[in-house]
Amino acid sequence: MPITKTDVEKIAELARLELSSEEADSFTEQLGSILGYIEKLNQLDTSDTEPMSHCSPAGEDSEYVRRDDVVTPSLGSKAATESAPDAEAGYFKVPKVIGG
Amino acid sequence: MELRKLTIDSLRGKLASREVKAEEVTRAALDRIEGLSDLNAFISVTKDSALERAQQIDRAAEKGEPLPALAGAIVAIKDNMVMRGVRTTAGSRILFNYRPPYTATAVERLEAAGAIIVGKTNCDEFAMGSSNENSAYGVVKNPWDTSRVPGGSSGGSAVAVAAGMSMATLGSDTGGSIRQPASLCGVVGLKPTYGRVSRYGLIAFGSSLDQIGPFTNSVEDAARVLGVMAGRDENDSTSSDKEVDDYSSATERDVRGLRVGVPREYYGEGLDPEVRDRVESAIKRFEEMGAEVVDVSLPNTEYAVPVYYLIATAEASSNLARYDGVRYGFRAEEAKALKQMYSRTREEGFGAEVKRRIMLGTYALSAGYYEAYYGKAQKVRSLIEKDFRDAFASCDVIATPTAPTPAFRLGEKADDPLEMYLSDIYTITLNLAGVPGLSLPCGFTSGGLPVGIQLIGRHFDEATLLAAARNLERALGVARLADI
Repeated sequence: MPITKTDVEKIAELARLELSSEEADSFTEQLGSILGYIEKLNQLDTSDTEPMSHCSPAGEDSEYVRRDDVVTPSLGSKAATESAPDAEAGYFKVPKVIGG
Repeated sequence: MELRKLTIDSLRGKLASREVKAEEVTRAALDRIEGLSDLNAFISVTKDSALERAQQIDRAAEKGEPLPALAGAIVAIKDNMVMRGVRTTAGSRILFNYRPPYTATAVERLEAAGAIIVGKTNCDEFAMGSSNENSAYGVVKNPWDTSRVPGGSSGGSAVAVAAGMSMATLGSDTGGSIRQPASLCGVVGLKPTYGRVSRYGLIAFGSSLDQIGPFTNSVEDAARVLGVMAGRDENDSTSSDKEVDDYSSATERDVRGLRVGVPREYYGEGLDPEVRDRVESAIKRFEEMGAEVVDVSLPNTEYAVPVYYLIATAEASSNLARYDGVRYGFRAEEAKALKQMYSRTREEGFGAEVKRRIMLGTYALSAGYYEAYYGKAQKVRSLIEKDFRDAFASCDVIATPTAPTPAFRLGEKADDPLEMYLSDIYTITLNLAGVPGLSLPCGFTSGGLPVGIQLIGRHFDEATLLAAARNLERALGVARLADI
């Protein structure tokens, strides 16, 4: 099923990208060709295969590592907001949320 | 002072005996970085802190204090690893002014071992690319031929070592981003096992694939740098607590009786004949040294590129959601409301390849397509991992080309994303399986461009991998340096 410009615009909305019309056109074509290539995977029967979501950190036999749920010191709001484009008194400032 | 002819350990000896001073080595490196600025390998140079560190090491040497493993080693860091207070861009406009409040664990460990960090190296934006042409800070040029790409995404790190601006650099490898540029620039590049080196402070691209590793001019130095970085880190729950081997001693082992697997799937269509010839000649050297060369098969190799471009982009689309103009970096001006601020910031802040991958990943994860794309890719990933486990039942290391071609021309593949993706065809399988791999220079094309051979090891068996690489390096004696 070929990807359409409408699909691309919908994905851009989900991905929070304000694409120009030219970008949407070129992504439609490029994503179409990449997805066409990806179709190759359907040649394989994977009905009995388990999905692999990560490489086990300590080798094949180990359990996934968990840590104890304890509070440890963190950066603090001053250091955390220092790199922000707009911040005040340890808070991030953004344009209005409602009515946009 | 020619940094490319010094090993980390020999420099440490010279510093301890007061034959050279860390400050003069550091000044030589800084001069070289400045003199070769046309290559565009660095985004930031940390001159003042480097000289300060050098003076500390000189004072310690003067007092006769024992010098740590990397004392005085000139090191540069790919600009997608954070360092406290040092601008870190990840090659992106969206982080043009970001000064992180903390330092990556791998970098911290190098500093603690006496390394002198001279700067942050150029890379493809968010490590997405195979040519370093996707950086918002300009293309990087290959020192062997400046009309050609250095490879990517860690192009600046490869060039800094190949051109003698640093003794070692760190790169990150999600699908070949250390090994492919190492091959194209004629240096050693090592991607450790997933989980061997902490990813804390590495700006995330594909979290189940990303791994930090070194570029060096010798296998010995790669072993030394890995030994310092490797091991469990409480700040990365995917870092392994498996014991770290003594990699430097491992490189002294010989290869008699070692079984070197050659997978036929890596020598097919699309492989440049000269690359094939140099790699096959190198494999013959293994036999001459008493290793046994055996045929192996990795039957699902042809599915690796599509699997990778679903999994890596899906993970990237989640990881890059954090760049929204709120907490750090660039924010688009004049947005009237929050949602518009997000989408304009991202539209103006990201480059074309990053947007393309976010789009592909978002699509693969979206309702109605998740099972068909992402779910399918995870299943095929299992098959690819199983391929390696099966192959390693009959061999100890696997030998393949690192990249299908030598360095290509700037602009040559820039307009065709799929063609560019295929330049990682031999490297991405390792990230999917989690196994370690190393690219070693193994010769030159008739046009004088470097060729790399990729050696692949079992999970957490970097010791055998490095031993094989060290023996081959000695047998090949490829000691030519880029004439620049």
